[in-house]
Amino acid sequence: MGRRSLDTIFAALGSFLLVYITLPITSMILLQAGDLGSLESTLRDPEVISALENSVITATVTALLAIVLGVPLGYVLARKEFRGKDLVQGMVDVPIVIPHSVVGIALLTTFSSSILDNYLGIIAAMLFVSASFTVNAARDRFASIDERLEHVARTLGASKWRTFTTVTFPLSLPAILSGAIMTWARAISEVGALLVVAYYPKTAQILVLDYFEEFGLSASRPVAVLLVLMSLSVFVALRWSLARGSEGR
Amino acid sequence: MLEVQRVGKRWKEFELRDVSFRIERREYFVLVGPSGAGKTLLLEIIAGIRRPDEGRIVIGGKDVTDLPPEERGVSYVPQSYALFPHMSVLDNITYGLRIRGMSRSEAEKKATGLVRTLGIEHLLNRKPHCISAGEQQRVALARALVVEPILILLDEPFANLDMRIKSRLMSEMKRWREELGFTALHVTHSFEEVMVLGDKLGVLLHGRLRRWGKIGDVISDPGDEDVAKFLGYENVLEGMAEDGCLRVGELNVILPFTVSGKVRVCFRPEDVLLSVERIDSSARNQFKGRITEMEDLGPLFRITVDLDNDIVVRSYVTKASVLEMGLREGSKVYVSIKASSLKVF
Repeated sequence: MGRRSLDTIFAALGSFLLVYITLPITSMILLQAGDLGSLESTLRDPEVISALENSVITATVTALLAIVLGVPLGYVLARKEFRGKDLVQGMVDVPIVIPHSVVGIALLTTFSSSILDNYLGIIAAMLFVSASFTVNAARDRFASIDERLEHVARTLGASKWRTFTTVTFPLSLPAILSGAIMTWARAISEVGALLVVAYYPKTAQILVLDYFEEFGLSASRPVAVLLVLMSLSVFVALRWSLARGSEGR
Repeated sequence: MLEVQRVGKRWKEFELRDVSFRIERREYFVLVGPSGAGKTLLLEIIAGIRRPDEGRIVIGGKDVTDLPPEERGVSYVPQSYALFPHMSVLDNITYGLRIRGMSRSEAEKKATGLVRTLGIEHLLNRKPHCISAGEQQRVALARALVVEPILILLDEPFANLDMRIKSRLMSEMKRWREELGFTALHVTHSFEEVMVLGDKLGVLLHGRLRRWGKIGDVISDPGDEDVAKFLGYENVLEGMAEDGCLRVGELNVILPFTVSGKVRVCFRPEDVLLSVERIDSSARNQFKGRITEMEDLGPLFRITVDLDNDIVVRSYVTKASVLEMGLREGSKVYVSIKASSLKVF
């Protein structure tokens, strides 16, 4: 088989997947564009606004927490050799393979009413399912940084801590932020665990489900479109500014 | 100044065993050895990056074995130079000063002289990936020297440079060294670097420091066969050159080209011709001497000749020639060396 035909087949298969991903989202948005009135009234609905706020705030707090708690773990996984390291790495990835309803059950079993239907519960569920993106991004970046940069900084008089803050961390920051954006995106799209742990205070993703069950597809669509537009624009804007930032380096 | 005392360490596939040597103040010590000999590991132990399994490191009379790198006063320039990619050249150079709490303007002022000596004024605002390998080497050197270290450790500093730049930078390094007067431990596998830069030479083979001392001493008496084989050159003469002629004690050695000042000349034993009578040949250096030692190496003899004034030269002579000339210890011989076989450093 020639190189050309291989390229054609790969392009065709890849395009199919791309269309499959973009089609439902664009058709939903386009359909809604024909009914701007309902979108406008949704935007004035205090319940929707409050749910969107809840989603953004909790996902942002989750991403910040993932940085604070995940970056040190990523550093240890990248730089230290210890017994049981594979097990620790496995534990970081476990949330990716557990069904999220199960995550909710597990969290509720462990922390019971302290996380039931409150902000803490939302953040707990979000952090559980999304922290691994930040940990893994930080770990991969730390592992790729030439350790000799740190050695040189030490011989020039920097303590371990100063070396981390002046050399290792600044060099890893774009990758860590990129991981944190993935954590944010994963957190704002979380539903399964939230259904079990924190149905209230309502987040936008729960509200979409709520409206769908109560009023049907057309009632839930404007909220869904708002959530998609907001998530996508934040995601794209962050990725874009990060890419620009790292180009300038 | 630096004392390495019976240092041993196993690290990944490398192993150092019982390594001991000293470097005095303002001395340039070149440690040679093949790849995998443990040269970088030894530098890392001296810098404090790795802890030895056994032995001590003493710097300036103080045992620093248990001190972290930042408390040793030793600068380290790795083979890759390890410039901080997120900082400008100037920020790289002043990093060590800023870490010590110096203000930006003070640090920049302090670096000015060094930056000028190394000829990197025009690079200060660039990022490390925008400058050439030779320039990166200068920046790394400036960054290491500006903090006025007790000792600077250089790991294969010329390995990443092409031949043309390498020889220029080597002679510049020699000049900087004289101007700035730093104490250095330089590891390499290049014999040329030893001859151009070194005061002292150490030979590290399979994790053991097999021989160390003044360059002439080590080369003229390698101690064992492995070291001799690794070094290749067994004859070294040192003296003052003038107009293409080297004066060594009472001897005048004609050099292959015109050079002046203190130089070192090396040549291999196979390039030394012995004869019973003065010969007419293209070899322009002919000296009279007396055989002091004859070592049987199978098909060859390794013959040591003491020239009239206690200068020793070694030659390989085939068994047939030894028989034909009737050479034995005490025989008077003429030693001929072609000027073209001399390596001048």
